[in-house]
Amino acid sequence: MSALINIGYLVASVLFILGLKGLTHPRTAVRGNLLGATGMLLAVVLTLTNQQIISYEMIILGLIIGGAIGAALAIKIEMTSMPELVAVFNGFGGIASVLVAGAALLEHTLEAEVPMMQLTVAIAASGLIGAVTFWGSLVAFGKLKGLIGDNAILFTGQQFINAILAASVLALSWWVVIDPASGIAYWLLVGVASMLGVLLVLPVGGADMPVVVALLNSYSGLAAAATGFVLSNNVLIITGSLVGASGLILTRIMCKAMNRSLTNVLFGVMAPVGDGGPTADEVYGGKVKSTSPEEVALLFETARRVAIIPGYGMAVSQAQHPVASLAALLESRGTTVEYAVHPVAGRMPGHMNVLLAEADVPYEALRDMDESNRDIDQVDVALVIGANDVVNPMARTDPSSPIAGMPIIDVDKAKTVVIIKRSLSPGFAGIPNPLFSLDNSLMLFGDGKKMVLDIVAALKET
Amino acid sequence: MEMFIMGLTIFVLAIFVGFEIITKIPPTLHTPLMSGSNAISGITVVGAVLSAGAQQTVLTTTLGVLAVIFATINAVGGFMVTNRMLAMFKKKS
Repeated sequence: MSALINIGYLVASVLFILGLKGLTHPRTAVRGNLLGATGMLLAVVLTLTNQQIISYEMIILGLIIGGAIGAALAIKIEMTSMPELVAVFNGFGGIASVLVAGAALLEHTLEAEVPMMQLTVAIAASGLIGAVTFWGSLVAFGKLKGLIGDNAILFTGQQFINAILAASVLALSWWVVIDPASGIAYWLLVGVASMLGVLLVLPVGGADMPVVVALLNSYSGLAAAATGFVLSNNVLIITGSLVGASGLILTRIMCKAMNRSLTNVLFGVMAPVGDGGPTADEVYGGKVKSTSPEEVALLFETARRVAIIPGYGMAVSQAQHPVASLAALLESRGTTVEYAVHPVAGRMPGHMNVLLAEADVPYEALRDMDESNRDIDQVDVALVIGANDVVNPMARTDPSSPIAGMPIIDVDKAKTVVIIKRSLSPGFAGIPNPLFSLDNSLMLFGDGKKMVLDIVAALKET
Repeated sequence: MEMFIMGLTIFVLAIFVGFEIITKIPPTLHTPLMSGSNAISGITVVGAVLSAGAQQTVLTTTLGVLAVIFATINAVGGFMVTNRMLAMFKKKS
């Protein structure tokens, strides 16, 4: 029977791999996700036949409660709140690993056997990574939801406290490893790792959130893999490492898209503003031209090719539907419309793409940064909505700027740039954006959604 | 020890498989990738089910049931929301 279960687990692992492979194209992605879900169902059903199980009531109760909560969250969530949901789900994976490893440790102690060292190492790793993931994700959730300040929260001695916590975590892990029978060591480890999780995410904020969300995604996978070592269960090990790898790749893509190292995102502070860099007055002083929705509509009328550059501001003002109807209207008049999406636009990897897909924008129209930059000089009108740092040409021109070297969408090379923004306030990097005062730039001050709707109305009138 | 080395072998190989597949996923699908991969990390439910069902002590059962709940939220919620998102990605009609 056990051999049969293990073969079943192997099938489940293959289904997970095929499922991820399906995600390489939008056409096959839905099927891929279903394959993954099938693998999960198979693994759970097989596990239920395990002879270790003497009672099913509690299991079924847990499955029903968890399933109901999960389904309710998945059905109800607004697409704009997706980063929060992903953060919270990452956390739940982490806490599940903490609990399973804790139960496994207790079971071994009860049987009065001395667990082998590799087992206790795995238990300590599950507890540690799981707790960091859970609390880190909760803090990320709070930040994304706006419950705690979205900005970086810094206090003096932070690095020092982190170092002490990290050292304690290592010491406690060692305690778990050498003296697994002491029940308290494990829970102390979980406690200190929880504090570490909170403090690691607290200083990261705003535009750096995509990195954190991706990294926590990776941790949740590693926690599952560690639990796999605790239970000597291959399907957990395989799945955990797939997810761990996936999160790491996303983390790397996000860091590259900001030209910053992971340590810099997690621990670094962006270079203080004001020393050396140009001030807002120097950059904008009398050179900013403001425009009206009617004027923008006139520009669009003569444009043959339009690029839309969305940023987090589009998500905040929920402007994705009006943006899509503007694009549809322009296309019906023979204008080519494309979207140029920066990898770190929004609060998690792929955030803008999901919002635009929700608004029925076909995925072929969503172009990534490199693709867009290749021919952006042929774009007649570039419409920037709610993006700032990712279109700041200082990244290219000013080596002393905090965003120096960060790849940006080169909208300044388009023939005309229209920027919808509430004010000239700086983005997350806290620096002025020379794009706003370029000769070919026009500022449309106002709420993103309202301005796009006004442009649509003006276009329809003509 | 043998079990451990075997597990480690599988772990390392699976990471390589993961890297190979995931680098091919286009940026457009990065959010569904996160929620989908997150859903499959709900596989911890397998371990949770064993702890909840073996009923060795009240404490292990409680830990097991809680773990079942969290992991199931993760898996069910993750797959469903991924499905919802992916259904929105449409071709130009």
